Amino acid sequence: MIQEGKDHAELADIFNKDENRVDWHDETLWFIRAKRDKSVHQLPEWEDLREAASQIKHNVLSDLSNYLVQFEANAKANGITVHWAADAAEHNRIVHGLIKEQGVVQMVKSKSMLTEECGLNEYLAEHGVEVIDSDLGERIVQLAKEPPSHIVLPCIHKKKEEIGDLFHTYLGTPAGLADPQMLTEAARIHLRDTFLTRKVALTGVNFAIAETGEFVVCTNEGNADMGAHLADVHIACMGIEKLIPERKHLGIFLRLLTRSATGQPITTYSSHFSKPREGQQMHLVLVDNGRTVQLGREDFRNSLKCIRCGACMNTCPVYRRSGGHSYHTAVAGPIGSILAPNLDMKKYADLPFASTLCGSCTNVCPVKIDIHDQLYKWRQVLVKEGYAPTVKKVGMQVMTWTLNSPTVYHAAGKMGRWVLKYAPFAVNNGLNPWYKQRDMPEPPKESFGEWYKKNRK
Amino acid sequence: MRVGLFIPCYVDQFYPGAAVATLQLLEKLGVDVVYPANQTCCGQPMANSGFEHLTHGCNELFIKNFAEFDYVVAPSGSCVLHVRDHLHDEHQEDKAKDIRGKVYELTSFLTDVLKVKSLPAKFPHKVGMHQSCHGQRGLHISSMSELVAPSYSKPGSLLNMVEGIEVIPLNRIDECCGFGGTFCVAEEAVSVKMGKDRVDDHLEHGAEYITGVDMSCLMHMEGILKRQGSKVKVLHIAEILNGVNY
Repeated sequence: MIQEGKDHAELADIFNKDENRVDWHDETLWFIRAKRDKSVHQLPEWEDLREAASQIKHNVLSDLSNYLVQFEANAKANGITVHWAADAAEHNRIVHGLIKEQGVVQMVKSKSMLTEECGLNEYLAEHGVEVIDSDLGERIVQLAKEPPSHIVLPCIHKKKEEIGDLFHTYLGTPAGLADPQMLTEAARIHLRDTFLTRKVALTGVNFAIAETGEFVVCTNEGNADMGAHLADVHIACMGIEKLIPERKHLGIFLRLLTRSATGQPITTYSSHFSKPREGQQMHLVLVDNGRTVQLGREDFRNSLKCIRCGACMNTCPVYRRSGGHSYHTAVAGPIGSILAPNLDMKKYADLPFASTLCGSCTNVCPVKIDIHDQLYKWRQVLVKEGYAPTVKKVGMQVMTWTLNSPTVYHAAGKMGRWVLKYAPFAVNNGLNPWYKQRDMPEPPKESFGEWYKKNRK
Repeated sequence: MRVGLFIPCYVDQFYPGAAVATLQLLEKLGVDVVYPANQTCCGQPMANSGFEHLTHGCNELFIKNFAEFDYVVAPSGSCVLHVRDHLHDEHQEDKAKDIRGKVYELTSFLTDVLKVKSLPAKFPHKVGMHQSCHGQRGLHISSMSELVAPSYSKPGSLLNMVEGIEVIPLNRIDECCGFGGTFCVAEEAVSVKMGKDRVDDHLEHGAEYITGVDMSCLMHMEGILKRQGSKVKVLHIAEILNGVNY
């Protein structure tokens, strides 16, 4: 339920109206962060793995065009049909075209954040195609008519009782049923029918291997396989940054991915797709949608190393206490905040500021993206491009003027302390966001500078 | 060895006690320490808000005040990190570079440069140590829970030299308190919630005092503690290490 026009701070403020829920959300995600810690601390070579993965991705990004050409040639030789999409609109048109060719109006889809980024479900709905998401979490948010709030755990913001209510309404489970096992069974029966009757299945892509032209899809539920194996047409959609050079590199990434995401040693299903089975069509849609622009931004290029594990969200103290929807973009959290402004600076100018720059995201990132440094750098870009609110701009100019001159600074400090002491009502009021839930510091009788002048020299 | 004492602007104005403790502690350890009177601010409030291009005046002033010293020491991880990462001046970049290399956060100056092995301080209280992110993840003054690496803590090793102190454990050893500079007012709801959660962790473990290397985090947590009517106090680590009895 993204509320149009509101920025992160406003949406986070709404989320924080229910403190118990914030606590629950925070604890749930912290539990996953703790699981991640436990799992990575079992590997003494963890930091070397991160470095290796980061360097491999660095190599890919520095020679992306050649790797893409190599990948396309090998995929074609395998019998895969390759499509290129410059942006979200072209991607959606290509997918719709492939569905239309089959003369069907339904499709099953496993998890793909790229299709969320492109708004594929909405586009297809407008064109009369019904999409059923087969990832359990995605199915839940789809029933709730909400976007995912997390790239790995799409319905992490929903309590099991709320999921029970949704299933009661849409899948006919008994009212009040909130047992996760029973709800999962109900979803399984519902999805089984979908898998058996859909002629077209769409999956995402976790890794595409330039050397072999194959691609790897990771799921915990086996839903990508169920969809792809039973359908006549398999469409796989991937961002062009998903490439790795050789199959041997996969070992590094698969070891990193799920340990970072959920603390599991490996995903339940890491499925390799290299060619269509007899009688099946296999299509790959390679999507740019702003990625080459980001590649051209030296300071932000590294963000394309992302393997979508979601570790930065789980560790982010702001994400945990504001919820994924407060980021009002498909990919939430710290990584989303450095990817989104590339797509639309105006719309996402608030996101790089939704951070304390604590740096925990950078430390958990399995491909060592300097996320918090990029948040800092985006702030500079956004202000220079004119996306800072006027009030802030003026405030910063006044602050600069004060701090540039020791005389003005000393006078202002004295005045500030005087106000706090003799006219506290001027700051201790509803207009001061600090004072809403925090007391102001006690004003001392003198500054350190004044004390020093009297007591030293 | 001549040390220039860099006191962050808000410490100068609101927490002179932390600054006095820093000065006295360094003097006690035999350091020739001077406070240049014309210093103001490192420029971080502007830079972190996206206005790094307005920090030229602050940078120039900083260089003017501190270029002459062998070391620059401040009771703050955050401000020091800003200087280390962002102090530039196109007209005197060599001086800026020199300062970036010689500016130290107080506790790491004590452990790494002075190599302090003991301190004549006594503090018989239960103390919660807040890991301020910029000192920890930026300056690496302590190991970080996210990384697979040996554990250490420069401020922690100093607190262990204090007689009678009991440093309490925490559930989340290095989670951010939510201060975050202008974040604390721009994202008021999340900032306060983060602060409340951090404070609760310390309270749950029986802290009588919360300490740390950055007064900004402590100011934020103090504001919350006071609003809750709590008796728990915040103290800059310099005040404990300087051996003031409370």
